[in-house]
Amino acid sequence: MGEIVLSEVKKSFGGVSIIQGIDLTIDDGEFAVFVGPSGCGKSTLLRLIAGLEDTSSGTISIDGHDATRLPPARRGLAMVFQSYALYPHMSVRKNIAFPLRMAGMPQDEQARKVEAAAKVLNLTPYLDRRPGQLSGGQRQRVAIGRAIVREPSAFLFDEPLSNLDAALRVSMRQEISELHRSLKTTMVYVTHDQVEAMTMADKIVVLNAGRIEQVGSPLELYKSPANLFVAGFIGSPKMNFIAGAEAAKHGVHTIGVRPEHIVLAADGPWKGVVGLAEHLGSDTFLKVQVDGIGPLTVRAGGEVGLNYGDTVGLAPQAGKLHRFDEGGRAVAG
Amino acid sequence: MATQASQTASRLMLSPAVLLLFLWMIVPLGMTIYFSFLRFNLLMPGTEAFTGFENYVYFFTDPAFWPALANTLTLVLGVLFITVIGGVALAVLLDQPMWGQGIVRVLVIAPFFVMPSVSALVWKNMLMNPVNGLFAAFARGLGLEPFDFFADAPLASIIVIVAWQWLPFATLILLTAMQSLDREQMEAAEMDGAGPFWRFLHLTVPHLTRATTVVVLIQTIFLLSVFAEILVTTNGGPGTASTTLTFLVYMQSMLQFDVGLGSAGGIVAVILANIVAIFLMRMIGKNLEA
Repeated sequence: MGEIVLSEVKKSFGGVSIIQGIDLTIDDGEFAVFVGPSGCGKSTLLRLIAGLEDTSSGTISIDGHDATRLPPARRGLAMVFQSYALYPHMSVRKNIAFPLRMAGMPQDEQARKVEAAAKVLNLTPYLDRRPGQLSGGQRQRVAIGRAIVREPSAFLFDEPLSNLDAALRVSMRQEISELHRSLKTTMVYVTHDQVEAMTMADKIVVLNAGRIEQVGSPLELYKSPANLFVAGFIGSPKMNFIAGAEAAKHGVHTIGVRPEHIVLAADGPWKGVVGLAEHLGSDTFLKVQVDGIGPLTVRAGGEVGLNYGDTVGLAPQAGKLHRFDEGGRAVAG
Repeated sequence: MATQASQTASRLMLSPAVLLLFLWMIVPLGMTIYFSFLRFNLLMPGTEAFTGFENYVYFFTDPAFWPALANTLTLVLGVLFITVIGGVALAVLLDQPMWGQGIVRVLVIAPFFVMPSVSALVWKNMLMNPVNGLFAAFARGLGLEPFDFFADAPLASIIVIVAWQWLPFATLILLTAMQSLDREQMEAAEMDGAGPFWRFLHLTVPHLTRATTVVVLIQTIFLLSVFAEILVTTNGGPGTASTTLTFLVYMQSMLQFDVGLGSAGGIVAVILANIVAIFLMRMIGKNLEA
């Protein structure tokens, strides 16, 4: 249970095509992350799966049954919204029990399930509070609680962490990952943050302008991006792209090398001047202006005593170069 | 407004306006209280004399007093009931996306801009008139005896007219409240398996309580002083069937020229309105907090 298959799914609003034909299989128990820049259609795609929007064409099947025309409630999916969408006038207990109440479950069974969910999510002390009296992270957990009591065949998350502060985001990210490990239920997660995608996903779906750019595990995307878009989107800081004469030496239109794959070497082939040095302690990020190539971002491990105006030599690590043709597609080898 | 100096300055600059408002309120009230303790009849000038609570005793023992009190409450509660229920229903309908939404909304608001005396005249002569009225024509068209609204159901007819006037106000306030309802909440409830009725009951209705409170409070204040509709249509009759407290005060001071008795009635009405206001604030005022 929990396999979601999209075939030829398209969606347009008015005359504007938002989703331009998506074929995708999300396996049972998988943690799939839709990632892409804003406006790429990732939230729309999630809403199509949820049934909150109708597809313009194509089919969506859940657990092998065609669900394209099913209303949201009958798809057996639960969704966690960006704004949490808690019911403000109901206590936490009633919020979590709401889907059970709508399903007509007996009172005592409802209470048992709510207690169990609250225990898993550390919400027991807050059960009688209103959502307005909770912090952002607690509200998020209530929203997740409301989803898990339904025991859905898959969870849908629509940018659930984007309203939280940085520290809380990291801990909630781990909580959601742990939840996935213990429930073993399919999860589909939408985010614009590639760090969330890399840390949580079994499978990342990179979307751009309503199309899938690449599907794969985090490390697959990192190691062998299919095109310039994926190469630039996955990894932080961004991959350096070098076109022109330097790329021609490798026989392609553009070459890409990640900041962490450039080493400082006095006798390296590239010579440049440090324009900006960000000292983070664990890492130092350098913006180096290299003659004939342009600015490159370089990640140097640990504390490096380089500052503005220093001259450095750089060398790309062997075998870590990515090569792209004129159309932006990766060239093998 | 943080420093001591700016606070002092703000108080100084506000004071003329506050003073004016205070006088605006206290002078008429003070004069009314003063008159209510006088024997003061416009037909007998020069005979004004202090009479203590005599005017109040006359007002409370007037055979029209208790019916007027009951009529006032019936009118207020009846109109509130119709406008709140009807307002919610209209707001739900107008919230749906449809063609010509702008025009429809203007049409719905229109009755609010018609003067009370004019709308009462239109209802009296064009709609409810047993001979020339539209309703009578309908009744005859169906082969029925036309219903004489103002003779047989005077208070109910006035309630209908006043409700028609106030329905746009309630609709407008409730519609704006409805539009501020979070769409994701609705979608979450939809995914949770709640049908349209349950979504309305569990999300829309609680969301509208605060707006409903505002509607009830404001309307009560204005409904306690409904006058033109009664004067134009039934003149308080037949008998005292549609006499409210406001109308009773008018009859005594303007038709019987007894300013003292009218003033006493006015003060009674003020006290009653304040009692109602206190009860309202106690009952629903807490909805306005936070």
